[in-house]
Amino acid sequence: MGFISYLIDGISLGSVYALIALGYTMVYGIAKMLNFAHGDVIMIGGYTVYTIVSTMGLSPWLGMAASVVVCTVLGVAVEKIAYKPLRMASPLAVLITAIGVSYFLQNMGLLIFTASPKAFTSVVSISNIKLADGALNISGVTLVTIITCIIIMIALMFFIKKTKAGRAMVAVSEDKGAALLMGIDVNSTISLTFAIGSGLAAVAGFLLCSAYPTLTPYTGAMPGIKAFVAAVFGGIGSIPGAFIGGILLGIIEILSKAYISSQLSDAIVFLVLILVLLIKPTGILGKEIHEKV
Amino acid sequence: MRDKKLNKTFKNNLITYLIVIISYALVQAMILSGNLSSLMQGLLVPICTYVIMALALNLVVGVLGELSLGHAGFMCVGAFSSAFFSKLTLEAIPNAGLRFFLALLIGAVCAAIFGIIIGIPVLRLKGDYLAIVTLAFGEIIKNFINVMYVGKDSNGFHFSIKDVASLNMEDDGLVIINGAQGITGTPTDSNFTIGVLLILFTLFVVLNLTNSRTGRAIMSIRDNRIAAESVGINITKYKLMAFAISAGLAGIGGVLYAHNLSTLTALPKNFGYNMSIMFLVFVVLGGIGNMRGSIIAAVVLTLLPELLRGLSDYRMLIYAVVLIAMMIFTSAPSMIEYREKIMAKFGKNKVSKEAE
Repeated sequence: MGFISYLIDGISLGSVYALIALGYTMVYGIAKMLNFAHGDVIMIGGYTVYTIVSTMGLSPWLGMAASVVVCTVLGVAVEKIAYKPLRMASPLAVLITAIGVSYFLQNMGLLIFTASPKAFTSVVSISNIKLADGALNISGVTLVTIITCIIIMIALMFFIKKTKAGRAMVAVSEDKGAALLMGIDVNSTISLTFAIGSGLAAVAGFLLCSAYPTLTPYTGAMPGIKAFVAAVFGGIGSIPGAFIGGILLGIIEILSKAYISSQLSDAIVFLVLILVLLIKPTGILGKEIHEKV
Repeated sequence: MRDKKLNKTFKNNLITYLIVIISYALVQAMILSGNLSSLMQGLLVPICTYVIMALALNLVVGVLGELSLGHAGFMCVGAFSSAFFSKLTLEAIPNAGLRFFLALLIGAVCAAIFGIIIGIPVLRLKGDYLAIVTLAFGEIIKNFINVMYVGKDSNGFHFSIKDVASLNMEDDGLVIINGAQGITGTPTDSNFTIGVLLILFTLFVVLNLTNSRTGRAIMSIRDNRIAAESVGINITKYKLMAFAISAGLAGIGGVLYAHNLSTLTALPKNFGYNMSIMFLVFVVLGGIGNMRGSIIAAVVLTLLPELLRGLSDYRMLIYAVVLIAMMIFTSAPSMIEYREKIMAKFGKNKVSKEAE
């Protein structure tokens, strides 16, 4: 039974990674940039919920709604201020800027909320479920995380396949120039992508903080990087890929924590990234991209 | 024409060396006349370390044109391998100078070997992937050192990744690397003079490499990989060479760092990802590819928060803003256009110069 409960924990953590990875993969697909600051948006989302629920004592629902709004606005603002002027610049410049934004958000968090960890009260109030005569104990947070992830996944696939804005996103990611000629507003499509990605990061933020209830300015950094690993694992630019990569990575992390060494679990996750990039750089569901001369 | 150009680079390099030597003389004079607080004196060796790290990273970012976020990891390798050696030979080699020299060789070689091991898979990748994989490697190195236990007794070396007890040592055993507690009792063999000598050495390696045939080959890969390949430049070889040399120099930085402290631990704050970013800030602010700029940026950005005590809380925030602002100012197409317009207005024929 131990193995099954680890597996469920892994799927739960993986669902959070999948939600974050969705943001990475969409932004990478469209803007062709690695948004390093994506992980730190999670942290901002966590602190928003914390401020509203724990400090001001308002309802968790309001906290969650506010967190999604704050993160969405933040994501779009970052895109407009920092990334948009550099859209035609070298990839190195964009990457360094993204690192700068990530660093900026972390240190803003540090200045406002200090480095001392805050105890996050879970926004999920569903009691644990006991299966197989109490041998298997699934917490409410785990269940909610997995279900939320699946619902968002399906909604996002529907949005991209069926709506006009969604298809515009696919068009921009395929060929920016041609999309422009077809009358698609490339700038607002990119903003929309950042908005959706950051909104999902907010959801991931309060689910992550509910499962692991300590909040520091560095909370988002590691899950952010790991979610990028998940996005690469699943094939960057692919939405089902981000989901599969996230779940697999979560399972790998929890199992290596349980059976190998808790201190080395991060190292093992990164080893997975290196192996994937060496063996199949396009990931599980990724497309081959040929370089043009 | 060619001679003139060579002369110009030579002069430029000479100025850089002179700046280092003159600042060293000034600082020494201040120490002798008692005008330097002990706080500042304590900062001297770390500043030397940061300058070396900034130069090493500038070789990868500025000359090779790839972003490495794992240089703190190479520094960590250099620091731990050399501290391991120094602690082991504390009694066998009583001469501190010789011991430090050997430790320096070991640290640099170990870091360079890691650079090659990591470089072979990593340099097949480009851009964002390369950056994130170097970051991953840096974290892996740090994590492994934190769970590593190494001891030595009359039977030889013992190694474990669990705890001290599982080393199974005899009574005379000596724990050298104690997991997360790191290495304690490293001889503090380094000092400011050695630090400056190492800066000069690093500078010598980097500047000579840049102005050599090899360096031009590396820069041609940076500027246009496909064109470089088509004229017969072995991309992998030159990339790996630049990466390994940079890693080795970072290892030297690590040796200097380790021998300035008696306790060496692999914490996120000294060998983590944030450190790698700090080195990147030095490189970016000093000017990517500009070695003199890296030295000045590393010194100024380390001293500034110490001189303005009130600013130290905002230090990291300022670093972040510096990164973003510098990148937008130097790389955004609209800003470049704007700058050229201003330059043209002031009559400086900067535009025509760039078009050359």
